[in-house]
Amino acid sequence: MTIRIAIAQVNPRLGDLQANMTLYQEKIRQGIKERADLLMFPELSLTGYYVRDMVPNIALSANSPEMKNLAALSRELSFVAGLVEESADHRFFNSAVYFEGGAIRHIHRKVYLPTYGMFDEQRYFARGDRIRAFDSKFGRFALLVCEDLWHPSTVYLAALDGALAILCPSSSPLRGIVDGQPQDDNARYWEMINRGYAETYSLFMIYGNRSGFEDGVGFWGGSEIIDPFGQQIAKAKYYEEDFVLGEVSLDTVRRKRTMAPLLRDEDMDLTINELLRVRGRPAPQPKVQKVRGAKIQRRKKALKVQESKKISRRKRR
Amino acid sequence: MIQIPVNTTLLRRILVAFVRNEVEKTGIRRVVVGLSGGVDSSLSALLAAEALGSKNVLGIMMPYKSSNPDSQAHAELVVQKSAIESLAVDITSQIDAYFECFPEADAKRRGNKMARERMTILYDHSARWNALVLGTSNKTELLLGYGTLYGDMASAINPLGDLYKTQVWALAEAMGVSLAIVQKRPSADLWVGQTDEDELGFSYRDVDRLLYCMVDQRYTRAELMATGFAEPFIDDISRRIMNSQFKRRLPVIAKVSQRTIDRDFRYSRDWGK
Repeated sequence: MTIRIAIAQVNPRLGDLQANMTLYQEKIRQGIKERADLLMFPELSLTGYYVRDMVPNIALSANSPEMKNLAALSRELSFVAGLVEESADHRFFNSAVYFEGGAIRHIHRKVYLPTYGMFDEQRYFARGDRIRAFDSKFGRFALLVCEDLWHPSTVYLAALDGALAILCPSSSPLRGIVDGQPQDDNARYWEMINRGYAETYSLFMIYGNRSGFEDGVGFWGGSEIIDPFGQQIAKAKYYEEDFVLGEVSLDTVRRKRTMAPLLRDEDMDLTINELLRVRGRPAPQPKVQKVRGAKIQRRKKALKVQESKKISRRKRR
Repeated sequence: MIQIPVNTTLLRRILVAFVRNEVEKTGIRRVVVGLSGGVDSSLSALLAAEALGSKNVLGIMMPYKSSNPDSQAHAELVVQKSAIESLAVDITSQIDAYFECFPEADAKRRGNKMARERMTILYDHSARWNALVLGTSNKTELLLGYGTLYGDMASAINPLGDLYKTQVWALAEAMGVSLAIVQKRPSADLWVGQTDEDELGFSYRDVDRLLYCMVDQRYTRAELMATGFAEPFIDDISRRIMNSQFKRRLPVIAKVSQRTIDRDFRYSRDWGK
């Protein structure tokens, strides 16, 4: 099965939901025109990245009219949106939403919220509490957002949960000037890990970054699709708006896993036990197989003891 | 020996995109920049010309009677090369009129007054011409506090604020700024014979290497000494950075409410853009 994937490397307007909804509609129309099956928008592209105290004003709940409007746009084309989500108990999340066939198919709430250096996400957002693969109409995918990918554990979990492709919306800022390379050093690091994950976990990495500037912070663009052999299927421009397409064939995953069945050989129990040891928690005891009759035998025995006690009391009287 | 990365191709690409994006998103199409004839303002002007088109950049030369005549000649070189718009406004009469009332003022006070007078002229022209004021302060002078608060430090957007002087020189040369400008001794030209490096007591290349390690790479004091920087130099620069922090922040506001500007009232400058 071949999936035609488009990445809209947009430059959203900071804090302007209306303008960005219009941008989404425009790019979805473009995706449909280019016969894309699936369209990726970057992290927080419906709101802009440095939203800060605007968060409560631009948050959308899953059952809001705006979410419904977005869902309606996914009838001809599946797409990933990046937005601020509000939960029923009024926590705000940096969320990626997968829309398909007119509905929300899956939501991933960003787990790892960078709060150091130039980042301040944990001030505004609640952390997501799960890593899950999900079934799209094309196959089993996972959604991870930006910093989530800087923790190998998330890709590991998604791969073990059956994801054949990781969709990663991002709002990654450019930084680090190094001689002798065309891109900033942060871009270089991302390209290295995207390729590393694709080959190590034998899956597709579909990385959608944004472009533009906010308060002097530029976003490096460079969106890309990497196949399980580490080959670049699509690549967007650095530092500019762009719209790229790539054909993803899930048969490639099968071929790579046939040649190198690394996931098959992964020992999850070892990982669990060693993590528990490092964390200072006792390893789980192996479960004793309960024999069905054992309970009945014990009950019978107890009754016998009771009976014999009664008899001995009667005898004594 | 520590080498500061200069990747001029990448810097040029990013900084041109920065000027274009940050200006145009405000709905404005033009910038004004003070042209001192020095390498910083020359570079800033060229970046803006490439980003916005030369006819959308106005370079304003603002000499005082004691300014080095080379300054104006160098500024004119930049104007010719880049084909930007230009204007000359002599500030002698207004500065002298003011100091007639305070004739005892020292060179430093006079220098700061000139810097702030230039700022007011740039802002007036930004209103006159519907433009933004383009900054020229580089990272070295910003970290050391070697600039006039609300004078040359004032601007709307500043493409050089994260470049060390070493990088400004490299990028200016790569973009074709005349070698006469790139290679001359940097000077604020606020009094005759003034040079930055004499005033500071060290060279830009030396302090840039230290700042790169100390600030960008967060070396500890022990690591800095192991790298070969002298203790007194480390101490002097550390002190200058700390003591000039006030120049890099908004004025201190007394917090009395539950929500105070710039403390718990937090929005991006590009809010809505």
